[in-house]
Amino acid sequence: MTVLATRRRFIAGAAVVTLLPLDAARATPETLAAAIRAVTGDAPLRPGRVALDIPPLVENGNAVPLTVTVESPMTAADHVTAIHVFNEKNPQPHVFDARLGPRNGRALVRTRIKLADTQKVVAVAETSDGAFWSAGADVIVTIAACVEDPT
Amino acid sequence: MANVLINAPKTARRGETIELKALILHPMETGFRPGANGTIIPRNIIQDFTASWNGVEIFRMRMSPAIAANPYVSFCAVASESGVVRLRWSGDNGFAVEESVTVTVT
Repeated sequence: MTVLATRRRFIAGAAVVTLLPLDAARATPETLAAAIRAVTGDAPLRPGRVALDIPPLVENGNAVPLTVTVESPMTAADHVTAIHVFNEKNPQPHVFDARLGPRNGRALVRTRIKLADTQKVVAVAETSDGAFWSAGADVIVTIAACVEDPT
Repeated sequence: MANVLINAPKTARRGETIELKALILHPMETGFRPGANGTIIPRNIIQDFTASWNGVEIFRMRMSPAIAANPYVSFCAVASESGVVRLRWSGDNGFAVEESVTVTVT
């Protein structure tokens, strides 16, 4: 009886131990919102002007091509100063932030990112007048990134 | 070590917006994955990427572990005058690589 009880307790304990780190190490919609809030402060986040180009269905989350473009004349008076990209379910909500200016001519950033799960990706653009614009996209990932060591 | 591919037009018309593409070999180890013996592989990422045109910074990007291995970055620049575009990557464990390309403005 005691043997059975300790075995049960061990299994229950082991289950908790194996589940906890996985859950604790995930960004959530709340941490996503908090990360965006940390960038925008009290300024309102308006939808529009930003185009987030990312495939809606990806087979391999290890390298997902992503393009962010922002409608802007990119002049000294009116330009995009920063582009931030966030995610919902990777271990950290932050993906990258890029600093731009009138010397860029066009507000465009292309890169490849990792996605640990099917999730939402959000791009936020900051313009020189202090406004924040955003766009989001849902991505379905069939093979997640960062699961195991490929070597 | 420094395996870098940069794609930039050799010549450009004055005032033209050109696209610069850069790829660097780097594992971008996230610091969240267990390795073969079960311990977490320590983080090893590129944190900063900067581009300057004749010494004037035109683009900067701060990366997180969510950037894919062998980071590829592409951005635009106005070809204002002939010059050297210097790209610099820096990150964990003292990683620092600098490469430059020359763009002739006609």
